[in-house]
Amino acid sequence: MIAHSVFFYIFSLIAIVSAVMVTVSKNTVHSVFFLILDFISISCLFIMIGAEFLGMIMLIVYVGAVAVLFLFVVMMLNVAEQKGQWFSSRWDGGTHIPVGLLVSLIIFFELIIVIGGWKYKPDLLDSLSINISTEVTNTRSIGNVLYTDYIHLFQISGMILLVAMIGAIVLTYRERAGVKRQSYVKQISRERDEGVDLVEAERNKGVKIDA
Amino acid sequence: MDSYFSIFFTEVYKILFLLVPVLVSVAMIVWLDRRVWAFVQKRRGPNVVGPFGLFQSLADALKYIFKEIIIPASSNKLVFVLAPVVTMTLALISWAVIPFSEDFVLADINVGILYLFAVSSLGVYGIIMGGWASNSKYPFLGAIRSAAQMVSYEVSIGVIIINVLLCVGSLNLSDIVMAQQNLWFVIPLFPMFVIFFISALAETNRPPFDLPEAEAELVAGYQTEYSGMMYAMFWLGEYANILLMCAMGAVLFLGGWLSPIDIFPFNAIPGPFWLIFKILFLFILFALVKATVPRYRYDQLMKLGWKIFLPFSLFYVVLTSSFLLYFDLLPGK
Repeated sequence: MIAHSVFFYIFSLIAIVSAVMVTVSKNTVHSVFFLILDFISISCLFIMIGAEFLGMIMLIVYVGAVAVLFLFVVMMLNVAEQKGQWFSSRWDGGTHIPVGLLVSLIIFFELIIVIGGWKYKPDLLDSLSINISTEVTNTRSIGNVLYTDYIHLFQISGMILLVAMIGAIVLTYRERAGVKRQSYVKQISRERDEGVDLVEAERNKGVKIDA
Repeated sequence: MDSYFSIFFTEVYKILFLLVPVLVSVAMIVWLDRRVWAFVQKRRGPNVVGPFGLFQSLADALKYIFKEIIIPASSNKLVFVLAPVVTMTLALISWAVIPFSEDFVLADINVGILYLFAVSSLGVYGIIMGGWASNSKYPFLGAIRSAAQMVSYEVSIGVIIINVLLCVGSLNLSDIVMAQQNLWFVIPLFPMFVIFFISALAETNRPPFDLPEAEAELVAGYQTEYSGMMYAMFWLGEYANILLMCAMGAVLFLGGWLSPIDIFPFNAIPGPFWLIFKILFLFILFALVKATVPRYRYDQLMKLGWKIFLPFSLFYVVLTSSFLLYFDLLPGK
């Protein structure tokens, strides 16, 4: 048990410190790296409470895919310069600090409500209609609930994601002029007869191409 | 507390018992790769150091150790040093869940295949970190290319894994092997095996998909600024990853430690040897592909991943699940 709590405190400490570092560090790429560290330690905590499926999915989805895209965006666009602009007083578009404060206040009160909710946790566990058994693996128990009781919600959330994806593509897609496209069929089906032309070149005259 | 430490030390002993052979075989596999490559091209390959040139990799490692490590002045030093360490560590920790026989597996966890998949998807960070921290054009372009390539092919590997899992009904790697006792999955899922093999080539940045280090365009890609032991660590991590992909293919499709036929001369050979044979078989295929196929163009690579492999493997998921449902073969009720 001692080992368990030691590891719990190590992972929580890493999670909290890296979460703070995400917001504090000046370099945006470093922020993303700390975010990744945060995700990894959170998924370790998930594994420690026995939810190994959730922990692994967290690693695959957030660290393996989402954070890579974050890194892409941060590396390609110069977010660091923009960030400096937003928070300086000289930027003419107004400062983002009041809005940021409002949002963070709302999140802060939400967090307080969530922490208060722990008081009702025992009642909540009793009133659950799902019986949690330790016999089956948690992958199986998630599957049993997700694809039976909550199948409609599951399908709807999938649909929403699909619509969001298509929407993002439609919003960002622009028809550009002068883009050269390659067709494999055309490239492969090119024969020697049309590709090579044998020309008798006259001396001191040369050959006219594209005639 | 005492029992905790005794468990700790037995675990360390087990880990060393697994990791040292893996590292030695990585060195051997580099030699094998170069030999196969040479034989295809009618050369001799490394044959001077030791019998058949077997100690060539050790000589190379010695050379790398004594070379100077150069850290570029304008690089981001911490990330620059961390990148090869991350690559190497991630390549090695995945071996924890590979089952060598029924009772010889370091961590027989419930979500073994997800763990393998998660760790291999983390592998991209070593490359991105190395490319970004070098603060130079070629490494950065190589890192961006590599990241896009690995993320794309992971998607199709994930869908292929779903195909196998549909036939097994468990995420545990030992269960996956035991489900193949009657029929290896390479037979019913043969198209998936082919796609898995090609995706594994792309996932490990092997030729013909070695665009992140295409020397004609990008010098050496994300490794350009690395030297000495740090370069060697990238290299070791890469080959450990290749071996791991071969092990994954062997476990998912070729029946892991099981012998091909369950009769006397074959089933007398212990399980770990069968797994090693299968890994070597897949690795020689990897080496032959490297020797024979020219490099892909980048847009062709992306097209292959997203427009051909992904739809086809999704279609195969539907096919497999409807087949299992129709013939009432779904596992694990």
